Amino acid sequence: MNLWTFLVQNGGNVADLTLEHLWMVGISTLIAVALGIPLGVLIARRPVLRGPVIAAANIIQTIPSLALFGFLLPAPWIGDRAGRLAVLALTLYALLPLIRNTYAGITGVDRAVVEAARGMGLTDWQLLFKVELPLASSVILAGIRVAVVISVGLATIAAAIGAGGLGELIFRGLAMVNNSVILAGAIPAALMALTADVLLGWVEKRLAPQRG
Amino acid sequence: MDSPQSSVEFLDVCYRLPDGREILKHLSFAVARGEIMVLLGRSGSGKTTALKLVNRLLEQSSGAVRVEGRRTGDWDVIELRRHVGYAIQEVGLFPHYTVERNIALIPTIERWPEEKTRARVQELIKLVGLDSDIASRYPHQLSGGQRQRVGVARALAADPPILLMDEPFGALDPLTRSDLQREFLALQQRLGKTVLFVTHDLHEALRLGTRIALLEQGRLVSLTSAQEFRRSSEPLIVKYMEAFGAQSDRPRGEA
Repeated sequence: MNLWTFLVQNGGNVADLTLEHLWMVGISTLIAVALGIPLGVLIARRPVLRGPVIAAANIIQTIPSLALFGFLLPAPWIGDRAGRLAVLALTLYALLPLIRNTYAGITGVDRAVVEAARGMGLTDWQLLFKVELPLASSVILAGIRVAVVISVGLATIAAAIGAGGLGELIFRGLAMVNNSVILAGAIPAALMALTADVLLGWVEKRLAPQRG
Repeated sequence: MDSPQSSVEFLDVCYRLPDGREILKHLSFAVARGEIMVLLGRSGSGKTTALKLVNRLLEQSSGAVRVEGRRTGDWDVIELRRHVGYAIQEVGLFPHYTVERNIALIPTIERWPEEKTRARVQELIKLVGLDSDIASRYPHQLSGGQRQRVGVARALAADPPILLMDEPFGALDPLTRSDLQREFLALQQRLGKTVLFVTHDLHEALRLGTRIALLEQGRLVSLTSAQEFRRSSEPLIVKYMEAFGAQSDRPRGEA
């Protein structure tokens, strides 16, 4: 059975798994953005916290993904459903690029601009929302882009704990020693990563600040 | 105790870095309303530090800085900074805003009516000698001189009675600098702002200053009018005059 006939016969199933995959990546990215950007801002404001926060995110990043999925199994509520577990793990992995890029973006804003803004009497929040975040937006978006591309790949492993997604086809194909089935999972996942990369890259370029 | 004539007053001000280095040592002087007080000194003399104490970008270690008779620490810091315009050498225009939005930022934040803000921006653009069609451009599309003008316009936007200027013309070529100095003098005569102007350029100090405060290693060496400065026999002043090849009016120089 070649890839084409497999896809024709199982098109509905592949589409469902693709949606499931997309959902896991989407939700986890949203949560990571909601946590990572404030954390990045926080460590830019309070340099004392920078070491511990970056270190924690780094440590999470070094845990092998399969092990992290396993570690999280006993967690209450989260562990009840494989989907929740997968989302949590993906969120944790996405945090590092988000925290780091937010921090780099904000501390990278021209000091003269920040000084002028403070001297003019902008409050901390006005400085953040009117000056720092807009000027850091393309760097932050680059972080989101990295996080999404990593997540699409990692989410295939979520199938190992029964969370579904395109990984299911890959694992099934591995068990059946059937390359067509593996490819039916791997190709959509690769396309998804590429599409996200191109789309976010385009937005990133549009957000890049005018340099003076 | 508050002389109503003084807009800004330094009272025995010291500023130390956390590592203990003294940047300002017992600085005392008063800036009269409507005058241009130049803080002259070489790099590291503490002149920029002194300026930043006025709008509380830095806080003095001891002594007091008074603005309009009130200690800076007693002001709400945001209110203080909106009362005191601030223009710096690097300008610090917001690169993601057009010229118009740069100038309009504080009026917008203070929720001026849109009409009034737009009129104010146009007024300021003309006031600093720019064409009104510059309003829609971004900072990176401007020349250095234009950027400085926009920086001054932005500092003037909310009509602050006091202006702090930190080498605002320092990065410009000599001709443009000279133009801007001349225009700035004319502008100040019209607006009557109190100005604290930091520079290391003696010519600029002599040209613009009502009075010149000479700083060296965090100490106030002399505080004189521009004319007195030319006549002074204070050794450091003599050195400055020589270094800049300026025409001295010292009595023994004329023979």
